[in-house]
Amino acid sequence: MSDIRSGAPLLKVNDIHVYYGAIHAIKGISLEVYDNEIVTLIGANGAGKSTTLNTIAGLLHPRQGTVELNGANMNGVSASKMVSRGLSLCPEGRRIFQQMTVRENLEMGAYSRPVTEIDASLEDVFQRFPRLKEREKQIAGTLSGGEQQMLAMARALMSHPRLLMLDEPSMGLAPILVEQIFDIISELHEGGVTILLVEQNAQMALQVADRAYVMETGLITMQGPAEELLHNDAVQKAYLGS
Amino acid sequence: MIFLDNLINGLSLGSIYAIIALGYTMVYGIAKMLNFAHGDVIMVGAYIAFCGLQYWGLPPVMAILVAMAVCTVLGVTIEGLAYRPLRQAASLAVLITAIGMSYLLQNLALMIWGANPKSFPRTFINSSILRVGELSISSATIITILANIVIMVALTLFTSKTKMGKAMRCVSEDRGAAELMGINVNRTISLTFAIGSALAAIAGVLLCSSYPILQPTTGSMPGIKAFTAAVFGGIGSIPGAMLGGVLLGVIEIFGKAYISTELGDAIVFAVLIVVLLVKPAGLLGKPVREKV
Ligand SMILES: Nc1ncnc2c1ncn2[C@@H]1O[C@H](COP(=O)(O)OP(=O)(O)OP(=O)(O)O)[C@@H](O)[C@H]1O
Ligand SMILES: [Mg+2]
Repeated sequence: MSDIRSGAPLLKVNDIHVYYGAIHAIKGISLEVYDNEIVTLIGANGAGKSTTLNTIAGLLHPRQGTVELNGANMNGVSASKMVSRGLSLCPEGRRIFQQMTVRENLEMGAYSRPVTEIDASLEDVFQRFPRLKEREKQIAGTLSGGEQQMLAMARALMSHPRLLMLDEPSMGLAPILVEQIFDIISELHEGGVTILLVEQNAQMALQVADRAYVMETGLITMQGPAEELLHNDAVQKAYLGS
Repeated sequence: MIFLDNLINGLSLGSIYAIIALGYTMVYGIAKMLNFAHGDVIMVGAYIAFCGLQYWGLPPVMAILVAMAVCTVLGVTIEGLAYRPLRQAASLAVLITAIGMSYLLQNLALMIWGANPKSFPRTFINSSILRVGELSISSATIITILANIVIMVALTLFTSKTKMGKAMRCVSEDRGAAELMGINVNRTISLTFAIGSALAAIAGVLLCSSYPILQPTTGSMPGIKAFTAAVFGGIGSIPGAMLGGVLLGVIEIFGKAYISTELGDAIVFAVLIVVLLVKPAGLLGKPVREKV
């Protein structure tokens, strides 16, 4: 599976250090994502997974190190500009616009795109998430937790990203819904979307991913093909509960 | 008849509060700050309109448009120079800056226009009195109420139908998520200040058309009352500002007419306290709630 890695990476994170005031949350990590890969980032609570994704998305800025997208340095590019460069983050805790309708949420996802392209994208997204079509006019805050997660993912897809980052998409969902979310992730991957996935559910994340990175307190401690990590003793002990 | 008279005056005064309150509530909703200089932008708007009418010989509509343009530029400049650098700062620092900005504007007005109250000229707004039966209604009253309705409808359409208006709602709900959509938050906040300040200019002209005494502190009291109205209606909510403003005006006029002239303002604030005890988020404010 690692054969598809050819040429320059789509995303390249170079030794970044990220701080919250005096707190040194990311202590120099590097990672790469190549076109058409699913890469997962796993680690315990507080390891710095969300901080990493938020930094890549431009919501936080590294004090040191660089984030490169398609070979271009993204330091100093604001989050709102990253979207039009082909990057989309579905943030932790969904963060859908609770007071807007399902459709409005989706339209906001396509904010950076020409209005003429929105209808076609809506069709696409509704085909993938039929539940959302039924609830097009419903206020998003009244959706169930699972539906809200679907909406958050659908909204992130509306910008037509080359790289989709998902921060704990299965958080707080019943097992059957977790299955569904991972099915969708596989489908998206088959459709050609490159994915960087952060998950608590290491088992499922490693099963769906091509490669994986393991984070611990601001550092990457292990990396390799997902298959390998899945059977690695240290990973099994720490994250797979066996 | 006196009752109807009072009611109409209350609606008119309340409409002015409502237009000012919109500025407070939109800025609060989107930038999460209390812009205490907003009342003074009203005063600047009124002075510019005054100059346009008195010194520059502009027709009233032009004078109002010039006042709106100046206030828009002023509001956006204040935001860019004073508030934007504090975007990550503690909210107390922002609040103190806003109070400082309020004094700065008052003192600049004192420097430019002097301490002597100016008497606001008559225009088409307050030139005639309509008689309906025994009622006599100033045209200013009617124009104020109509302006309020038009502004309310226009803003509602703007925020519910246009792309920029929807972007404003997004920023107000979740700034980070809005950025992830590609919305430029700084530009959205500037736009909010622009709209609020242009409305402040209109409010200034309407205020001085009904109460034609203009001095550097003219904006203070209406500003505070309108802020109260915004809290009363539920700060952050556009219909709330409208409802709060109108109710506040009516309560104030009735309080003065039937209870006590001196205590009119105290009654207004007493009602506010009661409302906040019963509904802490204000009449139309949404209690904060999150689904896990
Ligand atoms: N806004 C913040 N201010 C200060 N410290 C923060 C902030 N956000 C995160 N941190 C700290 O940074 C570290 C990394 O947090 P982060 O949210 O990236 O972890 P995570 O790996 O995503 O954890 P989880 O699995 O619980 O989501 C933690 O120690 C956390 O306390
Ligand atoms: Mg996290």
